[in-house]
Amino acid sequence: MIQRFLGWLGETPWSVALLESLYVWPLVESTHVLALGLFVGTTVMMDLRLVGVAFRKVPVQAFTGRLLPWTHIGFVVMAVTGLLLFYSQPLRYYHNVFFRVKVLVLIAAGINAFIFHRGAQRRAAEWADDAMPPRAARAAGAVSLAAWTVVVVTGRLIAYNWFDCDLQPQPDWVNWAAGCATGSE
Amino acid sequence: MLEPFFRWCESTLIGRAVAESVWAFPILEAIHLLGLCMLGGALLVVDLRLLGAGLTGQPVAQLARNARRWLITALVIMVATGIPLFLSEAIKAYYNTSFWVKMTTLPIALLFTFLVRERVAREEGRDPGVRGKIVGAVSLALWFTVAAAGRWIGFS
Repeated sequence: MIQRFLGWLGETPWSVALLESLYVWPLVESTHVLALGLFVGTTVMMDLRLVGVAFRKVPVQAFTGRLLPWTHIGFVVMAVTGLLLFYSQPLRYYHNVFFRVKVLVLIAAGINAFIFHRGAQRRAAEWADDAMPPRAARAAGAVSLAAWTVVVVTGRLIAYNWFDCDLQPQPDWVNWAAGCATGSE
Repeated sequence: MLEPFFRWCESTLIGRAVAESVWAFPILEAIHLLGLCMLGGALLVVDLRLLGAGLTGQPVAQLARNARRWLITALVIMVATGIPLFLSEAIKAYYNTSFWVKMTTLPIALLFTFLVRERVAREEGRDPGVRGKIVGAVSLALWFTVAAAGRWIGFS
């Protein structure tokens, strides 16, 4: 079902045009990469604050209040350009191991941010000025740093076709992880 | 004129090792990108503040002092991965306009950051004036050019 839909999506004229365009695709990709500096960059600065190793004299609320809007702008740019990149080659990305790991970790990063928002951040007034935030906040910062590191690395590696389904033979775990339709199935 | 030097770069042990390895270039690239993230964050915290946005309410000098070591860490990561990436495809880089744009802008950005911006940020208090705003904008423009040209090396 999903494969059929993505196959259809990848054959729509705009998808083909985007993939084959000389400048639009590279510009979308470049925007996606440069927005990392804004989105992941500001996220990392806040995470380092939460972990307690940077900006120790700056209240955490300054980050969540004043810097977070910029993080959100970065996220919107990343999401829009990322969806466009996906739209240019939906089936290939769907069967790409790195893309799959990236999406899973992306979801994990989102859940982590949500838990922090609902938990430690609600009581931030009690600890926002502390150089060393409470354990829950430090954990949220550390998980976020690890998650975004994995997202950036796997995101970059999507470009490589080492584990693509059309490059058989692949080890069984690759075919499983990439959801390749192999002859044995 | 510099072409023989670039040929030599590509023939170095590191250059050949990276070029011949399947994983080395992509992994170095990925770490280079992680450095970019940290660089972007460390720059933006201060530049946005100089422009009167972001962490307003915090003294510029303090933010700049705090961000400095992350800025330097990021630059070390980027240079340490950027050099082997360059060595592995030095001849391609030699004929690549984006590479030259990046390498011309990079020293300017570095000098501006550590000679001009750092001094200005140290003197600014809670209310950066026109000078601070200009410095923040120039810093962002310079580093944006470095990053954009860097990404474009792979496309041209």
